[in-house]
Amino acid sequence: MKKQVQIKTLQIEGRDVSATGEQTILQVALENGIQIPRLCYVEGLSQFGACRMCLVEIKGSNKLLPACVTQVEEGMEVKVHSERLDSYRKLVLELLFSERNHICSVCVVNGHCELQTLAMHLGIDHISMPYLHPKVGVDASHPRFTLDHNRCILCTRCVRVCSEIEGAHTWDVMGRGMEARIIADLNEPWGSSESCTSCGKCVHVCPTGALFEKGKSVAEMSKRKQFLPYLTLMRETRQ
Amino acid sequence: MNLEELKQIAEAERESVAPLEHTVRVCVAASCLSSKSDQVTAALESEVKAHGLEHKCKVKGVGCMGLCAAGPLVEVHGEQSTMYQSVTAEDASAIIGSLGKEPVERLVLPTAQPFFSQQKKIVLENSGIIDPERIEDYIAAGGYEALVTALTTMTPHEVIDEVKKSGLRGRGGAGYPTGLKWSTVQKAASEDGKYVICNADEGDPGAFMDRSVLESDPHRVLEGMAIGAYAVGANKGYIYVRAEYPLAVKRLRNAIRQAERLGLLGNDICDTRFGLRIEIRLGAGAFVCGEETALIASIEGNRGQPRPRPPYPAQSGLWGRPTLINNVETYANIAPIIRNGGEWFAGIGTQKSKGTKVFALAGRVNNTGLIEVPMGITLRDIVFKLGGGIPEGRKFKAVQTGGPSGGCVPEQYLDMPVDYESLAAVGSIMGSGGMIVMDETSCMVDVAKFFMDFCRTESCGKCIPCRVGTGHIHNLLSKIADGEADAGDLEMLERLCDMVRHTSLCGLGQSAPNPVSSTLRYFRDEYHEHIEHKHCGAGTCMTHKAVGAGA
Repeated sequence: MKKQVQIKTLQIEGRDVSATGEQTILQVALENGIQIPRLCYVEGLSQFGACRMCLVEIKGSNKLLPACVTQVEEGMEVKVHSERLDSYRKLVLELLFSERNHICSVCVVNGHCELQTLAMHLGIDHISMPYLHPKVGVDASHPRFTLDHNRCILCTRCVRVCSEIEGAHTWDVMGRGMEARIIADLNEPWGSSESCTSCGKCVHVCPTGALFEKGKSVAEMSKRKQFLPYLTLMRETRQ
Repeated sequence: MNLEELKQIAEAERESVAPLEHTVRVCVAASCLSSKSDQVTAALESEVKAHGLEHKCKVKGVGCMGLCAAGPLVEVHGEQSTMYQSVTAEDASAIIGSLGKEPVERLVLPTAQPFFSQQKKIVLENSGIIDPERIEDYIAAGGYEALVTALTTMTPHEVIDEVKKSGLRGRGGAGYPTGLKWSTVQKAASEDGKYVICNADEGDPGAFMDRSVLESDPHRVLEGMAIGAYAVGANKGYIYVRAEYPLAVKRLRNAIRQAERLGLLGNDICDTRFGLRIEIRLGAGAFVCGEETALIASIEGNRGQPRPRPPYPAQSGLWGRPTLINNVETYANIAPIIRNGGEWFAGIGTQKSKGTKVFALAGRVNNTGLIEVPMGITLRDIVFKLGGGIPEGRKFKAVQTGGPSGGCVPEQYLDMPVDYESLAAVGSIMGSGGMIVMDETSCMVDVAKFFMDFCRTESCGKCIPCRVGTGHIHNLLSKIADGEADAGDLEMLERLCDMVRHTSLCGLGQSAPNPVSSTLRYFRDEYHEHIEHKHCGAGTCMTHKAVGAGA
């Protein structure tokens, strides 16, 4: 017997939209051309719910909910932008800029960076807390790619694409709090990783210049993550 | 096993101790053990032999007696009971020699003081009385009666109704109604089983309630879990206990083995079709693993990181199956509720907070230790009556409840009843039961800094507000404590606290600003003193500067 699809209607930013019961607010918003700021979410991978950029207000609840993991409900009234939400987003993003060493002028993805674009979008031209300037390393041991921890925002897109799409699970996270780091295998240099297939998927889903192709200079690296929804779709239809 | 057999075991145990004139109970929980109560036990045993009293007197190791500050504690139980404090191995001959005569005056700990008389023991009813390593002793004290009764005479619905009637709320801190949680898990449909989990990852600084319960009365927790599993329809259980509690782990393992041997755990318990296997999982020392979704991830073998809720574990928990997860103390309340009825339990406490609560009393208070008091008792009674007041006649300043997720309650609220709602109303939380008393020598900026440092290092690093926000808040507090901050920093501090509270993913981040907000609310003048006058009234901050000025 075919499973019955439940249709729900709701409002996002004042617009009436419809969705199936299993969809998340973010999916429905994107389908309808409504943009919600996001960093760790990427279409085709599991949701992580960590960047807190997609927090939205839902009428009748004073809790802010992440649009990427919150399922739609009948009659929901979702607000994507409000003074409160945008000020939180700005502050959270400022925290990211303060955490590691994000210097756009010398970055390979300058002009193609999701972090930079989002910051410009939110009107961030300075940050209101001191830079922490941590000493973090660069792993250039891989023949084709480089991992620059200075630009990593720990969104774990690389971890998820490597595990869920490539099936290699080369990447994972080590340590806690601000000491957390992306590591290859059991904290090996990337170049000596036995599990890495050098497919480069992680490089292209990385929203910043933390993962890039060697040989690219300032502003020369742009990312192509279009393959991801396609791959996911192909797999789903084959099943 | 049925009720009749259980009663036979209890009867046999009681008969075996009937000829004894005296039982010498020695505390063998972690606190007294660390002050060498094991040597005291050995010395007492050899003295009993030397006096030829083997048939009249038995020395037995028991769980926590509460007043840890006066350990090692020994209680001579007989026609007249006497409690002795700070006992050493050398005192053994005096104690055994005094049996049946006048007690050893210099060691006597008077039990007529409020610390003992104002307590109401449900969770700790067996602590300090039974031997935590012998199931027979637990059964003789009425243990496993509730489980056998529930399995043989009650339906799962009736069990849940009884828990609902009791009004018991989660003792892990948030106070979610236990009966409601149970019925949600029971209703959650699952073709491939459900799970029960006991959260014993007690991590708040200064808290040792759960450790004490596990070390003193492990069977009580197993019984509670088994009743819970029966009620929700689970047949596999996990106890997630931190590896820093080796004694608790050892006693739990022993308890599980004993219960399985008697058929009180395992397959077809009490000849019913209900079975439950319980396994222990050790936590590797991350505070965040006390958060239920992170704990579940850790049991699954993944990195202990929380995930957004909903879905709640009741719908989708361990390996995606409906999971009942409760704290140690919550489970420890279950057997008495089933034995005595939900109404009995609901008769204790306040209108919305029923029963008792175990607190670990620590800090600047005379009687540090473990207490169990009825909900609704005032903070003043806890600190000044049970706690015996502040040492050296110093002035009380605040009580910190709820650990790094809680807040500081100042003097003006000392007469407030201790329950979930009242504590929340003054900006703190009940929490798991840590209670740290502070006097005038504690600087509130320093206290806030301590807890923020804890949250900063214990943040898992998943979500940005908690990972980076707590770091910046800690830096700002250090700046204030060092006398290098200005008014702008205070404003930034409040902005960051507000943001971290409302945007963090899990409870750790959402509650991390509480110690700062509550001290800002009640002790704002101390912050101003640090910022404007570069002075710390308590004398704990800026000590390097004071030295410089004096030289």
